[in-house]
Amino acid sequence: MKKKLIVLLLVVALVSLLAVSVVGCKEKDEFKIGLICLHDENSTYDKNFIDALKATQAKYGLTDEQVLIVTGVPEGDACYQEAAKLADAGCDIIFADSFGHESYMIKAAKEYPDVQFCHATGTKAHTEDLPNYANAFANIYEGRYLAGVAAGMKLNEMIADEEITPAEAKMGYVGAWTYAEVISGYTSFYLGAKSVCPTVTMDVTFTGSWYDETAERNSAIDLIENRDCVLISQHADSWGAPNACEERDIPNVSYNGSTESACPDTFIISSRIDWSPYYEYVIEQVQAGNPVAHDWVGTLENGGVKLTDLGAIAPAEGTAAKIADEKAKLIAGTLKVYDTSTFTVSLANNPFKVENVDITLADGVVTSYHADVDDYGDYAGETEVIVGGVFQESVFRSAPYFDLTIDGITLLNSRT
Amino acid sequence: MFKTKREPLFHLVKRIDVSKKYAWAVRIGAFLLSILVCAAISALLTDKSIGFFFKYLFNGTFGTKRTIWNLFHETAILLLVSIAVTPCFKMKFWNIGGEGQILMGALGCSVALVFMGGKSSDGATIVVSLILAFAFGIAWAVIPAFFKARWNTNETLLTLMMNYIAICLVNFFIKSVASSSTGTLTFEAGFIKPLGGNQYILFVIVAVVLTVLMWVYLKYSKHGYELTVVGESENTSRYVGINNKLVIIRTLILCGALCGLIGFLLVSGVNHSLGDATVEGRGFTGLLISWLAHFNPLAMGLTSFLFVFIDNGASQVSNYARLGASYPKVMTGIFFFFIIATEFFINYRIVFKKKKARNITDNADTISGEAQPIKEEIGIDKGYTKENITEEIVKERV
Repeated sequence: MKKKLIVLLLVVALVSLLAVSVVGCKEKDEFKIGLICLHDENSTYDKNFIDALKATQAKYGLTDEQVLIVTGVPEGDACYQEAAKLADAGCDIIFADSFGHESYMIKAAKEYPDVQFCHATGTKAHTEDLPNYANAFANIYEGRYLAGVAAGMKLNEMIADEEITPAEAKMGYVGAWTYAEVISGYTSFYLGAKSVCPTVTMDVTFTGSWYDETAERNSAIDLIENRDCVLISQHADSWGAPNACEERDIPNVSYNGSTESACPDTFIISSRIDWSPYYEYVIEQVQAGNPVAHDWVGTLENGGVKLTDLGAIAPAEGTAAKIADEKAKLIAGTLKVYDTSTFTVSLANNPFKVENVDITLADGVVTSYHADVDDYGDYAGETEVIVGGVFQESVFRSAPYFDLTIDGITLLNSRT
Repeated sequence: MFKTKREPLFHLVKRIDVSKKYAWAVRIGAFLLSILVCAAISALLTDKSIGFFFKYLFNGTFGTKRTIWNLFHETAILLLVSIAVTPCFKMKFWNIGGEGQILMGALGCSVALVFMGGKSSDGATIVVSLILAFAFGIAWAVIPAFFKARWNTNETLLTLMMNYIAICLVNFFIKSVASSSTGTLTFEAGFIKPLGGNQYILFVIVAVVLTVLMWVYLKYSKHGYELTVVGESENTSRYVGINNKLVIIRTLILCGALCGLIGFLLVSGVNHSLGDATVEGRGFTGLLISWLAHFNPLAMGLTSFLFVFIDNGASQVSNYARLGASYPKVMTGIFFFFIIATEFFINYRIVFKKKKARNITDNADTISGEAQPIKEEIGIDKGYTKENITEEIVKERV
């Protein structure tokens, strides 16, 4: 009897709460933003999106109810469901942060024409041509290039101190996947280092995961101990590689944010994408009733590409001044990261590229290259991206498409 | 010296009879209690109130038409998975490879979509993808069944390991047909159309129909009887002339076919894409659901519903309170914890130490005649009359 009474009481409590909650659920007509994340703040990649949105929220004085952050959304129908739920909840703008979310965002965009959908790292906005669906990325290769300059300065310092010979200036790079986003990143990093240390070479290894702390750590150790790399950088989202460097006293150039707190002796610098300029751009366009560009690219100039402060111990002397110098040149446009005269390519290192169809070389210098800019799922290059002696990265669409292996970089494996 | 043996503060008594009413009352009570504990924990660990928790728990499940459909849709998927693995469990064949078998079904369907989608008519593509999904799902279930029947290998390990092989095969397939994709293959054409324009209802209908069919199959068909006997005792079944090997393989074919169907529905009806996470772990959650419902298909409906209710509701709470992706998992964990603990209280009774004087009389009773304790355990205090006691016992034991 007692038990029955308790059960009855609990049921009554639940039902009354249901009633209260249904009554309390009036849809308010206020400005709302939604963000769909693949993981949550434990991943440095998603943290970047979340932190930037919180900053934007504070700037516009929005409440937590107006800025909804949905985390842990897999790259499947769940993404469409969440996007639709956000639209139902009255969101005016919905962002998604992972590459695999794209087709589900497009599906939702077609169903909710009054809601603006924005997808980072996506490739299809310019070919889908929906008025309410947009892609965005950042010229993070410029940030990587500057981080590479800092790495080159460090190598020069080691050469000057006779710790290594110029021929021993070899960097190691732990990448996640053999995708254009990663390839573009490590190539610009290498070119930055090479611009100050001409003898530098680089070994790249891929873990096959965006977040695998053990694999990233072991890859870094392998590069240090078996491949004689004297400086490490990475493009993956855990702290595995920087921590391995700190233990072995190997300088490290980081990504997505500063790792100085855990690696005070070896941290040089880190580049990262700041999404707040994009959030602000979209909010302002939507509030003013203007269309959002199909492709938006964050740059050093508009604040989409950021460099952290230099480490206190590891960076070479004069690094800050040199970076400021190069940064000014990049912003002014007098310096181009993918200037084809600064690197050579050999066909042997690019087995999937067909000569004179995909790529045309003159003594190793790329004179013509067709990249797969229009993503119809055909993986065929159709757009000429060498214009005026420069590989035009992130110009024809926001997501990267630089996928060549240039001379001086050795790939130890491949993960696609 | 006179040595006295200290009686422990309490001891456990196995309940011989458990009335269904009582068992379900305890389970429902445990569910409600688990929600209250979820609410209390959420309120204690965050700056949000208990009211906030309940508001968004219901908002995320019954808030809009879409969330309600979503609730039933997710329930239906989970229910189908538990239905698919139930005959194996009933046979005490511990098939924990549901995830892999569904993934193989999804792969079979995707093979058809890659080579026929957009090139042949949608009807032909659907038929071929369904057939391939069945074939792949069945293959993945029959391999461990064959090994079990032929060499008596451990099916738990084999089915578990085959999950990982399935994941590798899916990744290999994606890599072979789209060399520079990013781990997910999306399709453009050749899908089943939403029934009456409602993308959710198909799963619900299929789940309801199959649940009823499975219930009938297990309870009233000869096959259902045979697989139960094989599960209870292989020697007995052999003695009564059941072909054990045939039953094992036949049951796993059924399981594989159902898993293949789920894989087909997930790819062709819901996701329109293939990745190694297409099943989203439901293959494992489905096992738990099946277990918790004691392999009763109708009870599985309720258990899946409660699970999805907490999962969807907690996700909404998490979104509005910014608690991160792990929060719904913690909440469903609490739910499972309570429901599993409940089984203990259904099967055992805690008896506390009584006063010494009574102890003696109790013992005397036990010695003098067995009537008293049996009556107690059967539950005279629950209001059964002498007539229906035997009836209840017979029902329960049968």
